[in-house]
Amino acid sequence: MKKLMIAASCALAMFAGGVQAEGRDLRIAFDVPYEPFEYKDENGELTGFEVDLAAAMCEEMKADCEFVIQAWDGMIPGLLARKFDLIMSSMSITPERAERVLFSEPYYNTPGGWFGPESFNADVTDMDSMKGKTVGVQRGTTMDTYVTEEMSGVVTIKRYTTADDMVLDLEGQRLDVVFVDYPVGEQTVLTKDGFKEVGEPVKLGEGVGVAMRKRDKDIAEEVNAALRKLKEDGTYDAIMKKYFAYDVKV
Amino acid sequence: MPPDFIAAWLNKNEIFTAMTIMEYWDGMVTTVQLVFLCLVIGLAFAVPLAILRTVKNPFVSGPVWLYTYLFRGTPLLIQLYIIYYGIAQIPGIQQTFWWEIFREPFYPALLAFSLNTCAYTTEIIRGAIVSTPHGEIEAAKAYGMNWFMRMRRIVLPSAARRAVQAYSNEVIFMLHSSAIASVVTIVDLTGAARNIYSRFYAPFEAFIFVALCYMALTFILVFVFRKIENHLLRHQRPAGS
Repeated sequence: MKKLMIAASCALAMFAGGVQAEGRDLRIAFDVPYEPFEYKDENGELTGFEVDLAAAMCEEMKADCEFVIQAWDGMIPGLLARKFDLIMSSMSITPERAERVLFSEPYYNTPGGWFGPESFNADVTDMDSMKGKTVGVQRGTTMDTYVTEEMSGVVTIKRYTTADDMVLDLEGQRLDVVFVDYPVGEQTVLTKDGFKEVGEPVKLGEGVGVAMRKRDKDIAEEVNAALRKLKEDGTYDAIMKKYFAYDVKV
Repeated sequence: MPPDFIAAWLNKNEIFTAMTIMEYWDGMVTTVQLVFLCLVIGLAFAVPLAILRTVKNPFVSGPVWLYTYLFRGTPLLIQLYIIYYGIAQIPGIQQTFWWEIFREPFYPALLAFSLNTCAYTTEIIRGAIVSTPHGEIEAAKAYGMNWFMRMRRIVLPSAARRAVQAYSNEVIFMLHSSAIASVVTIVDLTGAARNIYSRFYAPFEAFIFVALCYMALTFILVFVFRKIENHLLRHQRPAGS
């Protein structure tokens, strides 16, 4: 068995070094629903900006891809445990994550947005007017980090696992305001009556990249090359126009 | 272990800083408050409910049976979701004084946990009451004790002895069940672990530490219940010991 594995890894190394690996098998993980990046349409088909981009990327890499659904909490552990090979689920590039996984170049960046009820009248950049407010964020996101660093002690921070739970508490008036990935807020909060955007969007971090295991440097090279190609030949722009009215390209 | 070794180790690691330890401590305080309060409330209501449950009249025992059936028949997580999100959906609740209480996640969780543990405790005590030996009750009647005095002097004390082991299990289950409070944004022990895990992406450190905290709390509970058992069951010890 061990010999076989050594032989297999030698063969793999030769492939990677030589011609483009033909028909590499890749499993790509998404956390659904996260509209408009990855969600199921009315027929139950997995779709969204990142799903389409992943499909185009696989075609470019001539890889045989399988899409896997994985809850956000288990994303990085699942990747490290080889349950899948790539994460393309709006994972922002952060130094803490980069310690555990290998990131590709960023492939999109959306700002964080402030959303609240019509009656909300505080200024989100002014700490005095925000004093005592309750802010909802999704646990472990760049929005969470931002609020934790900038507003700890001024506001009460409530952390949620899913955006749905958070929006339910915003509607139930347990939260005064939420700070959430802009497109997610647009899809979940602004579609409801009585809610509006209550502050300027904030650009956070480097953007979102494909996450891989640290040792998969050869896959990372292929992924970067494919993404660059898609950004140049217009495929990226076509997919982006399908889901966004504004620019998320980096 | 020499203290400088600990200091060196603490300096090297990023996860167990003074700040995260404080977060765990606050979480532990919340967990203990939540579990202690729900157990006190649950037990206080369980004793009278268990007595009502043993009454022959079905119009008295029926509703109690229905209550224990509902709360033992559904998962605690679902009960918590219904109470936490359900209350916020009642039209106009936000304008009443109840909202002052139910706005915070602590009280909906306390309500759900109390109702749940009360249902289980009611059944534990009921089981102990109905297994009271007939001879004891007949003897009490022969002494001319009325129903109330029989309950107070004979049935309940001996039921307590029979219920205490099963109840200690319920207490430990409740401690562990309280971990689900973190799904409604309460930062209990598990909530603290989840926050720290998501900040450092270190599931082993974050969760193993919190598991040890729960084990320490369980150890205290086991110790306390052994003392209580020793006290209640002292008549069963060999003479002179």
